[in-house]
Amino acid sequence: MEADRAKATTSIDKEGLQALLDALAKRGYRVVGPTLREQTIVYDDIKAVEDFPAGWTDEQDGGRYKLVRRSDDALFGYAAGPHSWKKFLFPPIRQLWRATREAGAVKMAPELASTERFAFFGVRACELCAIAIQDRVFMNGALSDPHYRACRENAFLVAVNCGKAGGTCFCVSMNTGPKAESGFDLVLTELVGDGSHLFVVEAGSDKGRDVLAAVPQHAAKPEELKAADAIVAKTAASMGRAMRSDDLHDLLLANLDHPRWDAVAERCMTCANCTMVCPTCFCMTVEDSSDLVGTESSRSRRWDSCFTMDHSYVHGGSVRASAKSRYRQWMTHKLATWIDQFGTSGCVGCGRCITWCPVGIDITEEVAALRSGGPR
Amino acid sequence: MAGKKPRLAVWKFASCDGCQLSLLDCEDELLAVSGAIDIAYFPEATRGEISGRYDVSLVEGSVTTAHDAKRIKDVRARSRVLITIGACATAGGIQALRNFADVKDYICAVYAHPDYIDTLATSTPISDHVKVDFELRGCPINKKQLVELVSAFIARRRPVVPPHSVCIECKLKGNVCVMVAQGTPCLGPVTHAGCGALCPSYNRGCYGCFGPMETPNTKALSGELARHGMDAKALKRVYGTFNVNAEAFREEMKRHGS
Repeated sequence: MEADRAKATTSIDKEGLQALLDALAKRGYRVVGPTLREQTIVYDDIKAVEDFPAGWTDEQDGGRYKLVRRSDDALFGYAAGPHSWKKFLFPPIRQLWRATREAGAVKMAPELASTERFAFFGVRACELCAIAIQDRVFMNGALSDPHYRACRENAFLVAVNCGKAGGTCFCVSMNTGPKAESGFDLVLTELVGDGSHLFVVEAGSDKGRDVLAAVPQHAAKPEELKAADAIVAKTAASMGRAMRSDDLHDLLLANLDHPRWDAVAERCMTCANCTMVCPTCFCMTVEDSSDLVGTESSRSRRWDSCFTMDHSYVHGGSVRASAKSRYRQWMTHKLATWIDQFGTSGCVGCGRCITWCPVGIDITEEVAALRSGGPR
Repeated sequence: MAGKKPRLAVWKFASCDGCQLSLLDCEDELLAVSGAIDIAYFPEATRGEISGRYDVSLVEGSVTTAHDAKRIKDVRARSRVLITIGACATAGGIQALRNFADVKDYICAVYAHPDYIDTLATSTPISDHVKVDFELRGCPINKKQLVELVSAFIARRRPVVPPHSVCIECKLKGNVCVMVAQGTPCLGPVTHAGCGALCPSYNRGCYGCFGPMETPNTKALSGELARHGMDAKALKRVYGTFNVNAEAFREEMKRHGS
């Protein structure tokens, strides 16, 4: 086993990493990955190794995110940031069709799926799971979404095993990380220190092997493999949060009248930030527009949230008018009824909903409170 | 568009004219607007006498005089659809600060001859006086929203003017939260969308120009703003601006001292 793994695993240095970026660009991929912007690490275009946030890490807590310097030059030494890959696979706003009126006749033109090919560079284990969850939502047989499918099937995924757990991370609790197990074309583990800076690389697909062949490399040494394993183990042991997840379905559905929902509703602003940053939330609304002279109209879809009143609006008003009912809907769907609907939890333990909630509502804390019985 | 063009009127009450200027600012769209609509009364832009009935009236400004309280009734009687534009018409505007003070003190502080001023003790939104069919938020209004509203009116469809938080607009744009990442106080979570998250897009906190969102939890936000270092005086001030008389902001302002 170990010998097989050694044979299939190689190591590249920073020049090799640049060669990998170049090889992807040469194959027509638009490479996007982590880069510094507005005092955070966001996902945007990557041309060179210098575009990665070298030497930076983050401190995260409920409603708090802060960039801080690392003591080394690691390129991937931080946890999940404000963006997720959803912004490329399921863009915030997407036009669906346009119609024009000419000489009394209306001509419809559906929006064709984009042919853009993305290489997502630096996908974390929890994010691979999140993408797999959205795959089940958007590529479900007859209900397949052509826009999502085109982007997803064209994408090349370079995963990175996490070298650092964030303050709000709990992937270990959700069995989604910190080691990327499947769903990638290549996976890197960054080894930095003692004057060397290497990336242990494994391919997860033929596409991955093909690209990797274009990159200068050496067979991974046993000590490099050992170091890579140790890094993942250390990350797993230092999660910022934990949440028992084996009984969540029944726990939540048995507690729909728990007083904790009232307590959290006092803090919840129904601003929808948690759902916007969640890498699995997929709700959308459909909006029509028409011009002033009545010759052009179009329909688009945009991200919506179960925290808005319009989301549950039916004739006569919104079904979920209170903050309590909206928070409960979000959490019970994410952790419980998602399992009934799609066969897995909707939560991957990335911690974004905790960090980016302006008032720091913590889903792990809410679960713990429901479990303990009484209100906080 | 078959049939007669709808007649539109633009009315001014107590205001700075900024929202009317947003309409004039629709340079590219104005030709199309005038092609689709008969702008029958708009003193800021055209000559024209008040006459007959209007299919749609856009009302800017708040009611601050006995004369205007009477005039708005006439505007309503002449209008099939009445739409208020901006924070003054929709909430009473910045001039509604008088509602929480003695208007005589204000008059004496501002005017050389206070005895020339004949005003009510309050500044109130149009909806306090007559039935309003739609309220467009903002100080000033967003011209794209105004064009959308007029387009929807012409096409007889529901306008796309969502009442959710500014936070959603930030997230649609890919903005990073200024409050979480930089500790900048921001009213975005309790503020009605519509500006396109203008201030946070330039790394500033939201000032609440569009008034309260659909279900604002100002108390929760104030708690967080206090943790970011705002004292009661600052909290009182942050809600006491263009939309001070909108219920959620008014009550939250009062909670931090009178």
